Amino acid sequence: MKTYTNTGNKDTRSGFGAGLTELGQTNENVVALCADLIGSLKMDDFKKNHPERFYQVGIAEANMIGMAAGLTIGGKIPFTGTFANFSTGRVYDQIRQSVAYSDKNVKICASHAGLTLGEDGATHQILEDIGLMKMLPGMTVINTCDYNQTKAATIAIADHKGPVYLRFGRPSVPNFTPEDQTFEIGKALQLTEGTDVTIVATGHLVWEALEAAKTLNDKGISAEVIDIHTIKPLDDEAILKSVGKTGCVVTAEEHNYMGGLGESVARVLALHHPAPQEFVATQDTFGESGTPAQLMEKYGLNSASIIKAANKVIARKK
Amino acid sequence: MSNTQQLEDLTTQVRRDILRMVHKVNSGHPGGSLGCAEFLVALYNEIMDRKDTFDMDGIGEDLFFLSNGHISPVFYSVLARAGYFPVEELSTFRLINSRLQGHPTTHEGLPGIRVASGSLGQGMSVAIGAAQAKKLNNDSHLIYSLHGDGELQEGQNWEAIMYAAGNNVDNLISTIDLNGQQIDGPTDVVLPLGNVKDKFEAFGWTVVEINQGNNIDEILKGMAVAKSKTGQGKPVCVLLKTVMGNGVDFMMHTHAWHGKAPNDDQLAIGMEQNAETLGDY
Repeated sequence: MKTYTNTGNKDTRSGFGAGLTELGQTNENVVALCADLIGSLKMDDFKKNHPERFYQVGIAEANMIGMAAGLTIGGKIPFTGTFANFSTGRVYDQIRQSVAYSDKNVKICASHAGLTLGEDGATHQILEDIGLMKMLPGMTVINTCDYNQTKAATIAIADHKGPVYLRFGRPSVPNFTPEDQTFEIGKALQLTEGTDVTIVATGHLVWEALEAAKTLNDKGISAEVIDIHTIKPLDDEAILKSVGKTGCVVTAEEHNYMGGLGESVARVLALHHPAPQEFVATQDTFGESGTPAQLMEKYGLNSASIIKAANKVIARKK
Repeated sequence: MSNTQQLEDLTTQVRRDILRMVHKVNSGHPGGSLGCAEFLVALYNEIMDRKDTFDMDGIGEDLFFLSNGHISPVFYSVLARAGYFPVEELSTFRLINSRLQGHPTTHEGLPGIRVASGSLGQGMSVAIGAAQAKKLNNDSHLIYSLHGDGELQEGQNWEAIMYAAGNNVDNLISTIDLNGQQIDGPTDVVLPLGNVKDKFEAFGWTVVEINQGNNIDEILKGMAVAKSKTGQGKPVCVLLKTVMGNGVDFMMHTHAWHGKAPNDDQLAIGMEQNAETLGDY
């Protein structure tokens, strides 16, 4: 089984910051907006290097989204930055009308997504944002798994014409994808090859899926891990190819099972290749305060949960 | 360059367009549309510096954003008669498969529309973004926007108003259509706006008042003053006092025609009060 090495824990939001810094140097049309969270979003360098292309909007997310839409008129490529909750739920109608329906080339970049924001608790932990964003016609939805992938995705979305929701997180997590990768929107990455079960994971759960696959492998179960960084448009073909071989799937995400990656995968399977599926996701609940590790354990979002789900779904194949 | 009579003739024709459009589909918003007819006619035909190519790249010309998208009938009529799309297309307003949706949108590719509007309170933020893009592009052209007065009840406006003043967005002229009416009644009854002039000034804007917002000459004079105030570090607000339903006597001074179409008889009266000038579509 192919294994992956953690080159050192790093936060995905810093990957975003690094990508934005690079874009600042390579693409003069890239502009950035932030709603009073420059440090949290790691936008300091861009602000320092390009003050004329950086807009501090204050604690006014609705205005930020509208301004971003307006900045596209005249050819700018705006990147907005705030927490995932304030990037989506708080400004849903602004995104819907001024960005998505108006087909504006805005990149909504959201940090602190999911439970791993930790101690701030449920007011700041959004577990519904993937659903909110993927329901918008024309919106591309990306949830990256580590520092390197987040940096690559940040750079890649500047070249994609159309609105994008880029979701990443706060904590330091294993960095294991290649530093020099080319990020292809909509292209799933098969990380391990397997025959007994497919594990389709996104975001922070990708590393957990790899850990689970290792343990399963030791017990004689061959798991195929797929990293789905792009939830919309979904790589149907990669999912069908893998599940066609393994006959079952576990989906894993730091998000509510409703509206998340799992439901998107279920739709593809229901249409083309019905197969047993287990969902590693939060169960229609809000989060709470705690350390990221405590929360991921309590809400069943770690490798142990994936192993359990894999055993269950394999049993359902019979 | 147009003279006042030409602009007035065009306004009369626009009024006919508005009434005929909403009458045909028995829906739409004639009241606010009629109230802003003179303003939009003057804006597009005299005040704004527009390219004659009608391309939509937003570069090298003044731009306009309609925030109160429900007055789409007047917007569509003025755009069509300015040459953005064929005047005959006005007959498709609100019909299935039309580019002239109930509220304006870029989604169907209608030239002249730069952002969707209708869900209220979003236009000023978009206008500010476009104004900042102008500055980045070293484009000295101006951004114009129009907002309903009732629309100021939406909180996003005040985020935008605070931002524009705090960041010296001085290439922006935002006009508030002060007609004092909204769907449920007078703004003073539904949710009083207080002193709008004081509010904008307190936020740091330059305010220009046009007390006769249905008079072409007064609009031209007031907007010239507004233009002269740009580039001085402050955003400019124009308070345009209009009469909802202007030009059709039974529709004037009431919120009753905010979102109601005339019947056949009422249309006939409206047509009689606004004789054809440039030809119906």
